[in-house]
Amino acid sequence: MLGFVISRLLQAIVVVFAMSIIVFVGVYAIGNPIDVMIDPGATAEIRENLIRQYGLDQPLWRQYVTFLANVAQGDLGRSMVYNTSVTGLVFSRLPATLELVLVAITIATVIGIPAGIYAGYRPNSVAAKAIMALSILGFSVPTFWIGMLLIMAFAVELGWLPSGGRGDEGTILGISTSLATANGWSHVILPAINLSLFKMGLMIRLARAGMVEAMQTDYVKFARAQGLPDRQIVFSHVLRNISIPIVTVFGLELGSTLAFAVVTESVFNWPGVGKLIIDSILQLDRPVMVTYLILVVILFVIINFTVDIVYARLDPRVRLGGSK
Amino acid sequence: MSAALDIQGLTTRFDTRGGTVTAVDDVSFSVDRGRIMGLVGESGSGKSVTGFSILGLIDEPGRVTDGRVIVEETDLRSLSPDHLRSMRGRKVSMVFQDPMMTLNPVLRIGDQMAMAVRVHEPMSKAKALERARDALGTVGIPSPEERLAAYPHQLSGGMRQRVAIATALLHRPAVIIADEPTTALDVSIQGQILAEVRRLADETHTAIVWITHDLAVVSSLADDICVMYAGKIVERGTAEEVIGQPRHPYTRGLLDSVPGQHAPGTHLPQIPGSTPQLSHLPSGCPFRNRCPRATQLCASAPPLARFGDHTALCHHPLETT
Repeated sequence: MLGFVISRLLQAIVVVFAMSIIVFVGVYAIGNPIDVMIDPGATAEIRENLIRQYGLDQPLWRQYVTFLANVAQGDLGRSMVYNTSVTGLVFSRLPATLELVLVAITIATVIGIPAGIYAGYRPNSVAAKAIMALSILGFSVPTFWIGMLLIMAFAVELGWLPSGGRGDEGTILGISTSLATANGWSHVILPAINLSLFKMGLMIRLARAGMVEAMQTDYVKFARAQGLPDRQIVFSHVLRNISIPIVTVFGLELGSTLAFAVVTESVFNWPGVGKLIIDSILQLDRPVMVTYLILVVILFVIINFTVDIVYARLDPRVRLGGSK
Repeated sequence: MSAALDIQGLTTRFDTRGGTVTAVDDVSFSVDRGRIMGLVGESGSGKSVTGFSILGLIDEPGRVTDGRVIVEETDLRSLSPDHLRSMRGRKVSMVFQDPMMTLNPVLRIGDQMAMAVRVHEPMSKAKALERARDALGTVGIPSPEERLAAYPHQLSGGMRQRVAIATALLHRPAVIIADEPTTALDVSIQGQILAEVRRLADETHTAIVWITHDLAVVSSLADDICVMYAGKIVERGTAEEVIGQPRHPYTRGLLDSVPGQHAPGTHLPQIPGSTPQLSHLPSGCPFRNRCPRATQLCASAPPLARFGDHTALCHHPLETT
């Protein structure tokens, strides 16, 4: 187990390094931020000064080395647009995205998995067919369009919920979050539903496929031959077997939703990191992009690591590498 | 003494695209306590479906349409689904062909067995585990205490099959249906399991239906033999009678195809043709297209030829061999 953790940590460091180089080169190739930042009428002298101030006159490799040296001292740089430290900027936006994603993933799991299990248990029932039809909708209808429909229906026509933005913050266990207030919930619920639909469709299909397959296996037939009721067979025998692929996808989806909830955040004007990255790409705010993408890599590394540990808990045949 | 298992006119049909197919056709037999009945047939003869029909575990699109399945004087087919479920595992249980697949890979042996104990007899988990441990001991598993904490993948195929048999035995059922339980095992392990099963039948007085395609296995194990062909029992008798003096040409053919009793280097006799599709059975005797003794007469339904208790479903049974 310890060997596994260490080898994973080393891998993570290599991945983060490789990623930082790719991001650095990629961002460099997009264009020169000075052209966006500066007034076109500025003199050549002001322009030169700015370029020197940001170190953009240096060759790429030297810029990268400077960047690494700063990172080693815990400094990821300052935003060129907001002129504040990028770590502070990203972490001020992160809680909003975290709470949105948390609510969305919870909705998707709590509804999607039981619905999928039922659809797989009684695949020919009318309810199962309705569930599958809905999952296809969740899959194929574009997120932004559903988001606008939700706003039209619940905010404009019915007037039950606000159309966007984040609600009042409160404190739970010392953490400041909008999930602590009723007003906060009224703001988060529409974007969370919007964000959850695709994932819900995914969970339904995964749970159903696993269920249909598991019900045909010999161990289920054997359990039925022992007189176990179906309910017990599903919960004690099948659920654990089918949860392995579900956990994988759950982890991947959690990561990608955290990183790229951009569309929903834009439609609902949600002040999360997704909106931040889109804005910073438009304004070629280099340090923000680099910091954000490295944060995403770290997130994925942590999630995959957790998923691997959950695997080994679920399936006794899985042995974590490194512990021979 | 009444039979532990008495089956009368059991019929199971499957709805397929090509119409309704009769997989088990008017099957009747009975097994007394402590006896082993060998149910022999080729793949697709309906022997496994017979086993599942007895337990009432036929899934859509199949259904048992007719007959009675009497276990210790209770007709399983007359019971409510929940009552029937309470009989499974307690009065009738089943062991499957592939021991690699019958145990749940992600649960400990002890947990799986304790679940099977407690579903019929509510008791503490510790008590249920004790019962499971004792059952593992009865089927000849060394250090059963440790095995309870093991996962299936940590055991060999033979050990897993013993675990499955021990699970089937937990409630001392009157009847065990064993669906080719040694087919997937090595010959040496197979011998051990067969000896164990024979001993269990004698000691616990369990009636066993041993489903197999292997005549060599049943000839050494079974007391009685039923030979199935295309969903019907075509010959029935004691093991000595059926093996020693087969009456149905199909049984004769099966016996002749067993390797080992022929001179090395000679061709092994085979039954010509292949198992017919149930949706395209010939009229009359389903075996007549492959039968060396077939005549015009065989296009009509064959009568039951009796030789004492030994019967064959045939127009032209073999008189002597």
